[in-house]
Amino acid sequence: MTKQIHLAAHFPGVNNTTVWSDPAAGSHIEFDSFARFAQTAERGKFDFMFLAEGLRLREQNGLIYDLDVVGRPDTFTILAALAAVTDYLGLTGTINSTFNEPYEVARQFASLDHLSGGRAAWNVVTSWDAFTGENFRRAGYLAQDERYERARTFLRTATQLWDSWQGDEIIADKRDGQFLTTPTPGAFQHKDAFFDIEGQFNVPRSPQGRPVIFQAGDSDDGRDFAASSADAIFTGHATLEAGQAFYADVKGRLLKYGRTPDQLLILPAATFVLGDTDAEAADFAHEVRRAQVSPQTALRFIEQLWNTELPGFDVDGPLPDFDPVVSDNLISKGRASVRQFAKNPVERANEWRDRAADGKLSAREVVIEVTGRQSFVGSAGTVATEINERVQGDAADGYILVPHITPDGLAPFVDKVVPLLQERGVFRADYTGTTLRDHLGLAPLGRPDEADGRHERAARAAS
Amino acid sequence: MAPATHIPAGPLHLAVALDGAGWHPAAWREPDAEPDQLFTAAYWVNLAQQAEHGLLDFVTIEDSLDLQSDHHFRRDERTDRVRGRLDAALIAARAAPRTRHIGFIPTAVTTHTEPFHTSKTIATLDYVSTGRAGVRVQIGGRTDTAAHFGRREIAPPSVERLDDPDVQALIAEHFDEAADYVEVLRRLWDSWEDDAEIRDVATGRFIDRDKLHYIDFEGRWFSVRGPSITPRPPQGQPVVAALGHATVPYRLIARSADVGFVTPRDAGSAAAIVAEIRAEQALAGRADETVHVFGDLVVFLDDSAAAAQRRRERLDGLAGGTYSSDAQIFAGTAAQLADLLLDWREAGLAGFRLRPAALPHDLAQITGALVPELQRRGVFRTAYPAGPGSGTLRGLLGLPRPANRYAAA
Repeated sequence: MTKQIHLAAHFPGVNNTTVWSDPAAGSHIEFDSFARFAQTAERGKFDFMFLAEGLRLREQNGLIYDLDVVGRPDTFTILAALAAVTDYLGLTGTINSTFNEPYEVARQFASLDHLSGGRAAWNVVTSWDAFTGENFRRAGYLAQDERYERARTFLRTATQLWDSWQGDEIIADKRDGQFLTTPTPGAFQHKDAFFDIEGQFNVPRSPQGRPVIFQAGDSDDGRDFAASSADAIFTGHATLEAGQAFYADVKGRLLKYGRTPDQLLILPAATFVLGDTDAEAADFAHEVRRAQVSPQTALRFIEQLWNTELPGFDVDGPLPDFDPVVSDNLISKGRASVRQFAKNPVERANEWRDRAADGKLSAREVVIEVTGRQSFVGSAGTVATEINERVQGDAADGYILVPHITPDGLAPFVDKVVPLLQERGVFRADYTGTTLRDHLGLAPLGRPDEADGRHERAARAAS
Repeated sequence: MAPATHIPAGPLHLAVALDGAGWHPAAWREPDAEPDQLFTAAYWVNLAQQAEHGLLDFVTIEDSLDLQSDHHFRRDERTDRVRGRLDAALIAARAAPRTRHIGFIPTAVTTHTEPFHTSKTIATLDYVSTGRAGVRVQIGGRTDTAAHFGRREIAPPSVERLDDPDVQALIAEHFDEAADYVEVLRRLWDSWEDDAEIRDVATGRFIDRDKLHYIDFEGRWFSVRGPSITPRPPQGQPVVAALGHATVPYRLIARSADVGFVTPRDAGSAAAIVAEIRAEQALAGRADETVHVFGDLVVFLDDSAAAAQRRRERLDGLAGGTYSSDAQIFAGTAAQLADLLLDWREAGLAGFRLRPAALPHDLAQITGALVPELQRRGVFRTAYPAGPGSGTLRGLLGLPRPANRYAAA
């Protein structure tokens, strides 16, 4: 059976994928940029737009990192405003389960779902660092092995709050003067190792019942969390081979939680560069990578891997001839990718040196090669074919595309690639439903007290 | 130093307080009420557009982190009242792009919500409204509300009376926390200088990090390092408002707010409240800053005083008791209300926050009858200001855009 492709748009983030130095690059904070981006995605009949989040500005060498886009809006607030300028587009926000409380997050997502007519989604992430905690009352630090337990528990608690209203409590009978059918709507009680709360949830059940749940982790724990509790998973595995392995692994885990493969969508993040011909696109892709890795950015990346300051280092020369500083104390803070570097920096440095030797590459050129490779490069026809092949080949159910230019970098994809996918019958010609669950092909949730309970039982089984 | 006598020279400001189906507990039963629409975007967008049609300065949106209750300290389990609400800041963000001039002041609860989150929420509301955001800070003292969070105990009051000394001490503590909270909001809004984004291709730098600032706030209830993740909002400092009925909250208004909502019973008590706030303002070293004091009133407006009175009585009958409020309740015609507002204004009030007893009726009366009446008397704007620099809430309120506390002079 031919699968239908799901497409989403990730608003360009605060990392070097985003090329702010391009003359076409607009504001990263004014509402007009977000509105144009969202409206472009909706013009392309995308499933949803996606926002990342970070609750502390990144630092390197004890200084605020200044080479990438810095600054972003509050996720909930911008998504609620975007609901005013779009009609169908799903609105997916990344919200941290460490520096928030279930009652507040649940009411904000329920509110967003009401205010958008059923288009809200939550990408559940956990944070781990005392660095970010310095901005919050609760502050604190979460050990690595407690992160998913906290996230799982947080999500279970929030779900309990969303399910505390069945959906028929409000009758608003003017004549009899009965607004509610029950004196205790939204009653809940929850106690576990992380949360001990009780009372009444104050937002009535929202159009989708609860937001669509995204999960972004890649570890074994993260995959189990997604298989047990998420509706969609946001991954980094955009290539065919890595995508197929990940896809088979995660979909294979669903059975043990009593779920079927169509209940969890796998949506890798992906970049793209289009040209009139494949050759032109390849040239342009190289240009974009050079713009993404300025000499200053290359130096900071090398410092991140070597975990030390390298004053006076020439990025047009060879990589450092000494090994990285192996330490739990990283010079880069607030950046998830650095933890990948930190896993085995010496081995990785050797890989980089091998790349340099093979291609006779300078330090900066190595960084360009290892960090910047775009997922889809080619003419519109080539990119449409590749995306479709990967989806039909079970490397993904669709892609979350992040353009490198804000806010108009998505437009070429929408104008050139989307029509080809529509012609081939693998992407919707128009929206057929109104909620994000509709777009994603997820069945509506029933009343909490009548639902088959599979999801909830699965979540409990996973805990 | 004696507080200067305030002479109401500036324009009259008018705001409307939105909450559910209106402030009277039986408002939702009115024939034109839409109680089944309270949780839709269209309901709130329509109200905001109606208020904008009437050229009002701003709308406030009530909020709480618990189910509404007729009782101060606990839930009431009533089924004959509107219960349940949407997040006020998100309602404001949803309505702002559908309006062009009117300000939005949603409520934030200082007792539970992280100041870092509220700061970026309101900064973002300022971006999506292009400079029309504010925030009304409110304490949340209910014991059962604290149990929704489970991280601090709020002891149930031993005597359920607002004048009990223990209750008063607890309230004073919550207000001290609120003052710290506003300090953190304001520092975070200033933690980016206006020209911090430089996009300097030659050096590869997007920002000049010397123009970003750690706020390093350390207080009894929280410590916040900063800077904000959100750049300084269009107004620099969104408008901060608070409601007060006594000396402790008046002090918060005087120390921390741009706008105070107060509940005088008459012109005399309005004058006394304004004098108290001005004295506290001087003590706080803010004598030369503008702090607008708005009088709150619940309003039943009709074409005749008798009709307004009848409607009030009818609604009281439906509610099963006489509606009482912290604010004075007015029932009459637009002309009578205009008389009252202009009388009270002599006491030093900069404007009024009107609480419609029932929606949409009393809002329509405000915009369709009261505003034209005030315009006829030459005391209310006949159009929103146009031209460069206008279009912000601070602009409407005559508040200057503040300098950044961290910027080098």
